[in-house]
Amino acid sequence: MSVPRLIGLGWWLQMKMRSRSAFDGALSIIYPMFFATSVFFIYRQGASSSALVAAAVGASVMGVWSAVATTAATSLQGERRQGTLELLVASPTPLPLIVVPITLSMAAIGLYSLVATLLWGRFAFGIKVSLLHPLAFAVACVVTALSVSVLGFVLAVTAVRYRSAWALGTALELPIWLICGFLVPLSILPHWVRPLSWLIPTTWGVSAVKRAALGGMPWRDIAICLVVAAVYAAIGTLLAGRLVDSARTNATLSLI
Amino acid sequence: MPVIEVENLQRRYRARTGIRRRAAPEVEAVRGINFEVERGELFGLLGPNGAGKTTTIKMLITLLLPSGGSARILGYDLVRDAQEIRKRVGYVFGGDRGLYERLSALDNLRYFSELYSVPAREQKKRIAELIELVGLTGREGERVEGYSRGMRQRLHIARGLLHRPEVLFLDEPSIGIDPVGARELRLTVARLVEQGTTVLLTTHYMFEADELCNRIAVIADGRIVAQGTPSELKKGVVSGRVVEIEVFGDAEASLKGLRALSGVISVSVEERGQAQLVVVRVDVGAEVTSAILTHLGGLRLGRVATREPTLEDAYVELVSGA
Repeated sequence: MSVPRLIGLGWWLQMKMRSRSAFDGALSIIYPMFFATSVFFIYRQGASSSALVAAAVGASVMGVWSAVATTAATSLQGERRQGTLELLVASPTPLPLIVVPITLSMAAIGLYSLVATLLWGRFAFGIKVSLLHPLAFAVACVVTALSVSVLGFVLAVTAVRYRSAWALGTALELPIWLICGFLVPLSILPHWVRPLSWLIPTTWGVSAVKRAALGGMPWRDIAICLVVAAVYAAIGTLLAGRLVDSARTNATLSLI
Repeated sequence: MPVIEVENLQRRYRARTGIRRRAAPEVEAVRGINFEVERGELFGLLGPNGAGKTTTIKMLITLLLPSGGSARILGYDLVRDAQEIRKRVGYVFGGDRGLYERLSALDNLRYFSELYSVPAREQKKRIAELIELVGLTGREGERVEGYSRGMRQRLHIARGLLHRPEVLFLDEPSIGIDPVGARELRLTVARLVEQGTTVLLTTHYMFEADELCNRIAVIADGRIVAQGTPSELKKGVVSGRVVEIEVFGDAEASLKGLRALSGVISVSVEERGQAQLVVVRVDVGAEVTSAILTHLGGLRLGRVATREPTLEDAYVELVSGA
């Protein structure tokens, strides 16, 4: 089996399926603008220019997270509903390799959301993101989208065993905004929250994008983000095997 | 060596009830079944709804773990060697589900080719062959959401054959498709068996099992109640003749009397619209037709026919006795 080929084809077909619903497509384009507009209106009242840039970055990552979190588990639930989940599990391809293209397709939509939000901020609200280190900024954006897709991967894997796992993504959507410091600095959160934040790769991703947007070098944050994301990927992969076995034991693969 | 060896295979489900005081009674779907299927054989698993056919197939294709017993497919253990089994078996089920609606048939097949590691250079040729085999040539580029049920079913078959499986599991593949489509499907299955594929088929349709299967196991209430070739099953369970009488009116009241007649083995009634069909199985040589008609004398009678027992009679006999 050629893993890159499988992931590439899976990603392309996922994008194809998503692009064929005009409603989904329009929602993916418009949704990030709503986040961004709300955030820009709130932060424009008396905030410094650097705070506005940080808010723009935060709003853009909110879009990425929302694109992935709410849809990752739902998409596996969709496979269950259309009767393809059993066929996927019955194939010799390990489940993680099947789930990865699904979450990567969402990350790609999330990446669009990130760029669209920043452009919306630039042209509609005049928020200029300084790109002193464009490469560092681009890498930070891609790594952040990947880190979010890894979280989506873990959420999606749980949907193989639990029918209601889609609700987990929805339940986590707002807490992650807060814990990862999308809009408010981590320093104002209670002390006990901070270790939780550090355990989530997206915290480091957001920090990297913010640092790069404000003209700093984000490499340390990018490295930590990648390491934490790799740990999540490993956990998700191990979990996938366990959850498939549990689903086979409890006969939940065909339950809708 | 048999390609499929099933030994005392069992599967229990935990059924959930209630909201506050949840109970989890166990339901025994498969209660220790045994059978073997030889290479190149078409083996039928015949039984009513809820008999355990699909559960058995799902265990054999590694989607469900057995609660007890064991099974080997191509020498591989069902629990230990699930991955090896998945590479070598194909699974096709009946109905509308199991396809990516927003993708074309071609894209569906391309995706499953990758999942089953069909080499890239072979994929195009293999997909074209299968599209032709199942009669979807010219429609392969259209989205599946516009396909009829028959077309979907044919696409399912193509999907299940992509990786040239040694063993093919067909779970009620002809359900819901029209008679012409069902006949084409039977021809396709027969061709596959001729080419050496071992097939395990579950079906409700007696004529399908009778026409296709080398051997049949009748399963009822999670147990195999009979096993053999279609003619063995017919002979072993149903001897004698069958007299069918179309009756207008309530035939139930006369059944007790009919059963008491000498030479009558069993009596059953099937609803046929406004009429009822009284099916009386009688001993070879017993001349009871006129006695039967006398007993039903108070009712308006329609067509009366005598025929040889069919597999369906054997099936009804086996399943009702289980």
